[in-house]
This record gives sequence, structure tokens and C-alpha cells, in this order.
Amino acid sequence: MRYLTDRKRATGLGSARSGTGHFWEQRVSAIALVVLTPLFIFPLAYNMGDSYEAVRAAYGNPVNAIVAVAFMITAFLHFFQGIQVVIEDYVHGRWELVLIITTRLLSAAFALIGSLAILKIFFGA
Amino acid sequence: MVQLTLPKNSKIRTGKTWPKPEGAKRLKTFKIYRWNPDDAENPRVDTYFIDLDTCGPMVLDALIKIKNEIDPTLTFRRSCREGICGSCAMNIDGQNHLACIYGIDEIKGDVKIYPLPHMPVVKDLIPDLTHFYAQHASIKPWLETKSAPPAKEWKQSIEDRKKLDGLYECVMCASCSTSCPSYWWNADRYLGPATLLHAYRWIIDSRDEATGERLDDLEDPFKLYRCHTIMNCAQTCPKGLNPARAIAEIKKLQVERQV
Repeated sequence: MRYLTDRKRATGLGSARSGTGHFWEQRVSAIALVVLTPLFIFPLAYNMGDSYEAVRAAYGNPVNAIVAVAFMITAFLHFFQGIQVVIEDYVHGRWELVLIITTRLLSAAFALIGSLAILKIFFGA
Repeated sequence: MVQLTLPKNSKIRTGKTWPKPEGAKRLKTFKIYRWNPDDAENPRVDTYFIDLDTCGPMVLDALIKIKNEIDPTLTFRRSCREGICGSCAMNIDGQNHLACIYGIDEIKGDVKIYPLPHMPVVKDLIPDLTHFYAQHASIKPWLETKSAPPAKEWKQSIEDRKKLDGLYECVMCASCSTSCPSYWWNADRYLGPATLLHAYRWIIDSRDEATGERLDDLEDPFKLYRCHTIMNCAQTCPKGLNPARAIAEIKKLQVERQV
């Protein structure tokens, strides 16, 4: 039993004075993905089933490589922001923090791994 | 954490079936949620039969008839019986609505009536709206000014007054907030569509001088940004208002002052 007034409960810890940045970034990354997704998928689908050398050559093209790296970073940023909202909606307490941190680290890791793979092909290492 | 099933003592059982009126030609069946805090029983759904030839046209007329003639223990809020006080909001035929402006003839089959969803129940069809009202009070729903009061009144142009249309009509019946899944899961922190619609009403009032502070107080991942434009609020509003639009306008203003 806690003797809190109704107003105290409603106000809680007050406004976080943030949230707009997250909202805005999610919209901007969505717009970026509308352009990047087809540009990323088209060369991927076009080279599907081609020889190892042909695929390497496709991602040796700087335009394809830049689009693919931009897609990796934007897609995983957007993914993390979306999942964070879902976690905040449905999970509360300690698990909320654990899941948000895990998703954030995994998203960053996947973006880095994907980017490095593309750059490795691009630089022919 | 989200709770997807009802706790044991909230599971709804089949209740009493009350006798049919004699000689009735147009019978309508009402299945109504009942719960009494004074006994230790689970909630139940009672079945009542109403002769539509001797009853008014609205769902509230039927509820009043049941209370007057069949079962005086049936408990519900009502006052103005013309959609202006917001007291008789309840879940009718799966949709939150005001019983007083919902025609019985609009419902096919049995009329199923429950209290507003996902709120603590005080008794039968009466939800506990304490937190809902406290949230409304927290956005300071009154004119805030810093300039010296004018000799007569705070003036407003006809165009600026028009911006309040579609907002000032809200009667705080709570139909929208209790239809919102985001409010179901996060009512402790999310303000909900009704409160945010009122917040917007004061944000865009040309006479109000606390616009910045109001936007400051709303800028929060939970208070404001739990709205995911599900639009149940606009779908259900018995007054035909659009709280989702008001929330979207607040978000636009938050972006506008940063970008």
C-alpha cells in the first residue's frame, strides 16, 4: 500500500523531454529504405545463380557496394528502432532493459558484419 | 508485462436468465456483464428480455427499463440521456459507445453489454475512471496566460476559433482511451487519446501562452509516443471526433520546433 495521490500516479516521473528524435529518425530511415531496398535487392536478384566471379565483380562496382553498405546500416538502425518500440509496448521492468540492450547490440553487430562483408568483396581481399 | 488472459477471479461465468415478459411481440435479448464487489463471486453475464414495443429506442432506455421493472440491482452511470455528459459509455455489441445515443435497432441479434474494456470495475457497468481523470488534470486543461489580463476578454479570431472545432466537443466519456491497445498495455504512463486530444485543444488555442511548456510536458516516449496510429479511438468515438489526428498534430509540432 502506497499513499500516492491520483495526480502523483498520473504524473509519474514527469516528461522525459525526448522521444521526438526517435520518432523523426524512424521516419527518415523509413524514407531512406524506400529508395535503398529496391536498389539493394535488384543487383542481388540480377546476379542470383551467376558465377562466383560475376557476383564479386557486381559488388566491385562502387555504386552497388555503397548502396549495399548504406542498406545494411539503415535497415538495422530502422529494425532496432522498431523493435525497441515493440519491447517498450509489451515488456516492462528488468526484461525491458535486457531486451532493448540485446537488440541494440545485435543490430549494431549485424550492420557491422554485413558492411564488412561487402567492403571485403569491394576491396577484393 | 502484458497480461493476455483474465485472472482466475475475473473469468466471466454464465449468470441468471430472467423471465420473458408475457405477450411480447418484439422481444430483444440483452446479455449484460454483472459484478458485485460485495460478494466473493466471479463476474457473470445475465440475460434479460425486453419487449421493444414498450421500450424507448436507445440502449440506455432498455437499461433503465431493466433497472426499473426487472432487476433494480443492475448498476450503471447515466445522466443527460442525450450524448452530452459522457456518463453512460460502455462496450455495446463489441464497440465502446454512449448507451444513450446508440439505437437498439442498430444491433443485429442479442445486445451484449460490458463495461469499458481494460479498466478496473467498480460494479457491473461502472469502470473506475480515477486515473483517467487524473491524467486529464495533469495536462492542465485550462487557459494558461502570462500577459496581464485584458480589460474585457482574451480575443480570438473566427479562424483561430475554428481550429477548436472537432476538439472542444469531447465529453471525456473514455470510449477512445479504453479502446486503445496502447492504453490497455501502458495506461500507467501513456496519456491516451482523450487526454492528448484535450492537450492539443489547449496547444492550438491562439489565446494560450503556455504552448512551449505544454509541448515540453508531452515530449516523452510514453506520454505521447505510445500512440502508434492504430485509430481505434477515431473508429469508436461516439461524438465522431478524431483523437488520432490531434495526436499526429502534436507530433508534427514536436518535430517542427526541432527541425
